[in-house]
Amino acid sequence: MSVLTLTLNGSPVAVPAGSSLLEACRAAGVDLPTLCHLEGLSPVGACRLCLVELEGSGRPLAACVSEAAEGMVIRTDTPALRLHRRMGVELFFAEGNHLCAICVANGACELQDVAVAVGMDHSRFPYRHPLRPVDASHPLFSLDHNRCILCTRCLRACDELEGAHVWDVAERGSHCRIVAGLDQPWGEVEACTSCGQCVDACPTGALFHRDDTPGARRVQRGRAALLQQARQGHGWRNQGEGGP
Amino acid sequence: MTMPAAATERGAALWPPEAGTASGGPTRRLRCCDASACRNAGGIALRQALLAARTAAGLGEGALAIQAVGCLRLCGRGPLVAADGPGGSRLWGGLPLPLADQLVAVVVMGAAELHSGSAAAIAPLPGSAVSARQPQPGQGPWPGIVAGSESEPAPVQGAVPGAGSALGPEPEPGSSPSLVDPLSPYRLDLNHPFFRLQKSVVLERCGLVDPDSLDDALAQGAYAQLRRCVRQLAPEAVRAVVRRSGLRGRGGAGYPTGLKWDTVALQPAGPRQVVANGDEGDPGAFMDRTVLESDPHRLLEGLAIAAWAVEALHGTVYLRAEYPLAIARLRRALEQVEARGGFGPAFTGTSWPLRLELRVGAGAYVCGEETALLQSIEGRRGTPRPRPPYPAQRGLGGVPTLINNVETLAAIPAILREGGEWYAGLGSTPCAGTKVFSLSGAVVNTGVVEVPMGTPLRTVVETMGCGVVGGLPVKAVQTGGPSGGCIPERHLDTPLTYEAMAALGSILGSGGMVVLGPATSMPALARFFMEFCVQESCGKCLPCRAGTVQLAALLDRVVAGRAEVADLERLEELAAMVKATSLCGLGQSAPNPLLSTLRHFRAEYEAACEPGGAGVGAHGVAQTPSPPTFPPHHQPASPQDETGAQEPPAARREP
Repeated sequence: MSVLTLTLNGSPVAVPAGSSLLEACRAAGVDLPTLCHLEGLSPVGACRLCLVELEGSGRPLAACVSEAAEGMVIRTDTPALRLHRRMGVELFFAEGNHLCAICVANGACELQDVAVAVGMDHSRFPYRHPLRPVDASHPLFSLDHNRCILCTRCLRACDELEGAHVWDVAERGSHCRIVAGLDQPWGEVEACTSCGQCVDACPTGALFHRDDTPGARRVQRGRAALLQQARQGHGWRNQGEGGP
Repeated sequence: MTMPAAATERGAALWPPEAGTASGGPTRRLRCCDASACRNAGGIALRQALLAARTAAGLGEGALAIQAVGCLRLCGRGPLVAADGPGGSRLWGGLPLPLADQLVAVVVMGAAELHSGSAAAIAPLPGSAVSARQPQPGQGPWPGIVAGSESEPAPVQGAVPGAGSALGPEPEPGSSPSLVDPLSPYRLDLNHPFFRLQKSVVLERCGLVDPDSLDDALAQGAYAQLRRCVRQLAPEAVRAVVRRSGLRGRGGAGYPTGLKWDTVALQPAGPRQVVANGDEGDPGAFMDRTVLESDPHRLLEGLAIAAWAVEALHGTVYLRAEYPLAIARLRRALEQVEARGGFGPAFTGTSWPLRLELRVGAGAYVCGEETALLQSIEGRRGTPRPRPPYPAQRGLGGVPTLINNVETLAAIPAILREGGEWYAGLGSTPCAGTKVFSLSGAVVNTGVVEVPMGTPLRTVVETMGCGVVGGLPVKAVQTGGPSGGCIPERHLDTPLTYEAMAALGSILGSGGMVVLGPATSMPALARFFMEFCVQESCGKCLPCRAGTVQLAALLDRVVAGRAEVADLERLEELAAMVKATSLCGLGQSAPNPLLSTLRHFRAEYEAACEPGGAGVGAHGVAQTPSPPTFPPHHQPASPQDETGAQEPPAARREP
């Protein structure tokens, strides 16, 4: 395996060729906030929180969708990046209806974690208070659009891991919303296998188990990566030495 | 391969040098503009009235041909009719239907006969001045572009250097032609700078060729260069010509076309795709529509040559659904080609199996962005994806794909015919060739102009466009649509090049040019474009989806006079964030109209923040861009949304 060397926040880092900048950062112990990225799913570069500055490039790059190249000089924590990240998180909070105190994901929410990480204690932008419904038609799970940040992790988990492609995005711009099947109530979508991988992939409390109470959400965020590894690398845990 | 003499000579002329004789047809003909703008102004009814008048006069096709053609440029005066005869060409605009028979009589008999012999038939036509008005283009004694408007003031007073002298000679003493010739109020001066300063390359057949007739297009030189390429030129030789021409992408980015073609051609061996981007969505832009409605075979030839140059065997034209006439004409053009066995057998005499197809969009502005366009062609949701990989590396169906704007491809046949050096010599360094602009807004002469790159903006807006209606001063020119900005009057001498426009905080863009009069409120204009971006954001990435909404809300406060100085700071901060962090060009350029008006017209924003200020209404300006600025068919396709209902209470602002 060939190795690339790049400079990350002033320190040299060696990563395998083909790594994304996000992988390079994480391998070097530099944490970048992300919301749309989930290990095991294809990257989309939609949340724009993992932006890094590349020397010689006029525009910041989304680390999750940028491939590392030999000799890159990367900075992850400049004042401009910090400002933009914080504004991004403010925009996330302002565009939905995020009420942590009554949310199933309180304490296990990536949006909350990111807000803490970027130091966002309030939004300077007015809350939009959109009118959004809740889909409680599925026997096991529910979808609360108020908490959805349109990361499309559910969509990709269903499509790429389960192969069911129950989820998609409807409409445009600020009217975007996740739809099940042909914009049907989730419970009526026959393609849904009730596997729950979308629920595990959800960074917030938008998708949750019906019987979850506020703060009670249990997540298995590593499941997508595990499944991908299993499918592509045939690395089943119950095979070979070690076992489960 | 030699070209028919008529076609090569015509290269630069807007009007046929010896009208009517080029294709061996009748010596007298009427060319009726049948493009969208003139159709909307009643062009079809006028053409039918002319046909009826010809029949009533007992004349046939041989005596007077009446032909539907594409754009005759001065869209704002439609329906336009051009007459070609032994004396040259004449142009009329906005002719009422009852005057159709008089027009036929004038064209068939000529003015002299009309006066001496048949005056009784076209009564009331007293006076002797008609005979003085020989049908010589440019000889009309009329101020402005409209004949017979002596009683009106010139459209622009004082503000137009050179325009005054370009309006033609003074009326002969004692003559009062407008009283005697009922057609004269509708006669347009072909020697006006609006026509005279045009350099038609992309539009060289627009207005001369019947857009529905392949035979007419072939008679005027269509597909001759394709035949030459396929028979005589290796793909590399074609690309060399394009490289030497200095042609840059006319969609707005200005990427060197030859470099793009090379990038696709030099990818590892395998299939390739070519795509023509006809998703022209900027408010105020109708250049590609003009090409498509006037000369669809030209785009097909350009696309086919591009396919030859990058060795693709499949091509796609992507058109926006809001252009029904362009879609119909292109579809017919493709059917005509198919009916003759396809591009190879029909035009090149080879078995070259190129296939072109038409895909129609579903109404999303963002599908003009190349990666979203590819998604849309593939039947997916039209959302951009990060680049790299660029479409030149991995595009349609995962293969290297060449995507060019319609206007870029439409320039290719002329470049191959005349040579790359010829095209490079037309413009100015570093921008070669000509560029089509669509001139609209508060300008006197609304229409399509093609001028050499590097022409000063003032020449286009004031000399050709004659400035703002009513003789008012130009306040600014909006270029580049929602991705562009406003060039204030004091910078009107800037040359029209990609670099010079960018230096002023705008872009040259695809060529939409909206002239703004003194009544336009800049914050309201910025609000209009921000709302456009709110509606047209695909919603994939956060800054564009949520940031534009917040920017629009802040601009609402400015327009309503409820803003504070802190709001301006927030506007600038957020605009910088959306610009820097958005995923695709739509979001990255969405703040441009705001930032450029903030830069050049900051006082208007600050006035809106003054305590007790009543916003933009306070200094006597309109609340919204004036209605004529944006014709209805250039409005965003999506219905009005309910963001108004989501307006948060003003009291929720944080300190």
